Amino acid sequence: MRVAHVYQFILRIFKETFSSPFETEETLNQCYLQGNRTLLLIGFTSFLAGIVFTRQSRPSLIEFGAESWLPSLVSIAIVRGLGPLITALICSGKLGSSMGAELSSMKVTEQIDAMEASGTNPFKYLVVTRVIATTVMVPVLVIYADAVALMGSYVAVHYYSQTTFKLFFTQAFQALSFLDIFSSIIKPVFFGFAIGVVSTYAGYNAPRATVGVGKSANRSVVISMVCVFIIDFLAVQIFGSLRP
Amino acid sequence: MTTHDEQPVLKVEHLYKSFDERPVLVDVSLALHKGENLVILGRSGMGKSVLIKCIIGLIEPDEGTIYILGKNTTHLDHKALNEVRQKIGFSFQGSALYDSMTVRENLTFSLKRNLNIHDPQQLDAMVRDALRDVGLEHAIDQMPSELSGGMRKRIGIARCLILKPEIMLYDEPTAGLDPVTSSEINQLILEVKQKYHTSSIIITHDITCAKTTADRIIYMQDGRVYLEGTFEALDRKDDPQLETFFNYFKIQHQ
Repeated sequence: MRVAHVYQFILRIFKETFSSPFETEETLNQCYLQGNRTLLLIGFTSFLAGIVFTRQSRPSLIEFGAESWLPSLVSIAIVRGLGPLITALICSGKLGSSMGAELSSMKVTEQIDAMEASGTNPFKYLVVTRVIATTVMVPVLVIYADAVALMGSYVAVHYYSQTTFKLFFTQAFQALSFLDIFSSIIKPVFFGFAIGVVSTYAGYNAPRATVGVGKSANRSVVISMVCVFIIDFLAVQIFGSLRP
Repeated sequence: MTTHDEQPVLKVEHLYKSFDERPVLVDVSLALHKGENLVILGRSGMGKSVLIKCIIGLIEPDEGTIYILGKNTTHLDHKALNEVRQKIGFSFQGSALYDSMTVRENLTFSLKRNLNIHDPQQLDAMVRDALRDVGLEHAIDQMPSELSGGMRKRIGIARCLILKPEIMLYDEPTAGLDPVTSSEINQLILEVKQKYHTSSIIITHDITCAKTTADRIIYMQDGRVYLEGTFEALDRKDDPQLETFFNYFKIQHQ
């Protein structure tokens, strides 16, 4: 990936996002497809992550006589870090690979050329719609993942300590600040944008050979995941400095 | 045969294109006249597909000028180029059907975007008309993966025809097809010319396709225009480069 080329690619995404004609139908379709593709997997892994994290944190808290802090600890960990990270990594793998492979195979089979030759703008239809969809859907999926992971945590807490649903969630939400919720929604916007840009770039600029399909799918996943960790690191520094 | 009194609908002047210092097109000039089927014949790798892609603007030439319907397209911006492209149909070698869409969606894709037609009834009527012209009305709700090679070619042509193009560009229309299907595609090219009054450039290495569809043939060799004339005129030329092609045709029709 050449930096100048990526920069021009991102610039073009912004330019085409705000210029008519708008591919509203295809953007909504992509949002639906991306949500549909990942909903079950994110739900399943978040639920398990909630249980595992609770199960592993409990002995340490019992040692300090602070078992009652478990809902607070888990909710902070899930909302601040675990939920967004799990969601972004699953989206990198599932959506990144499918976008990279789909666009590159369209390039190999001249479908992108066919759109261009017919006078349609393939960049807007294929790239802009997908980037908007990931940017919108990853935060939505993070909210869903947080909720499901907290449910998993509640199941574990209820199983070991017979804590009620109301008590668990009261304690869980009391521990969260506005900044926690805000960062949990803003951070995934950048995750989603990065996953969308990296994957569509890899697919749209893939070499015109079948070997390019595998390469761009692989590149989409690996670079998206690296970007997610870098953004997460930066977000922790920025939001950490904003906390009192 | 077509008379050439009018201005050509498409004119290529002194076109050059190289990839990594390797010249692919060298000083190519040609003209396509209204209502004419111009076949560009040549062996694989002689720059035929690069030429047709330069014409439609998918590949930028290094030098030279291309005039389409009176407009110099080598200096047009993207928007203006797209307007010109809407008057040209491009039938790809591998059909290039959008494989995530049904045949209907493939055909309505450009209609919705280029002609801004969104009325379902009007779209349905236009799709059925185009499919009827290629004899595949029954395939309207099929996916491209369910179609044979010949059917895919026909749908690819229908996808161009639905926009009522003035110029058709066919890239290897019979490549990879059996002789019967190839013959059907050749007939379809002639029918398209008659019904839609198109002027066409047909890129091929299939001498039978050239014989059936051509009003005029340009033979390309090493990225250059080597010979030009009707099929009969080229057949009469005792040229060693063309001999293999014409001998193959004679063997086929013995």
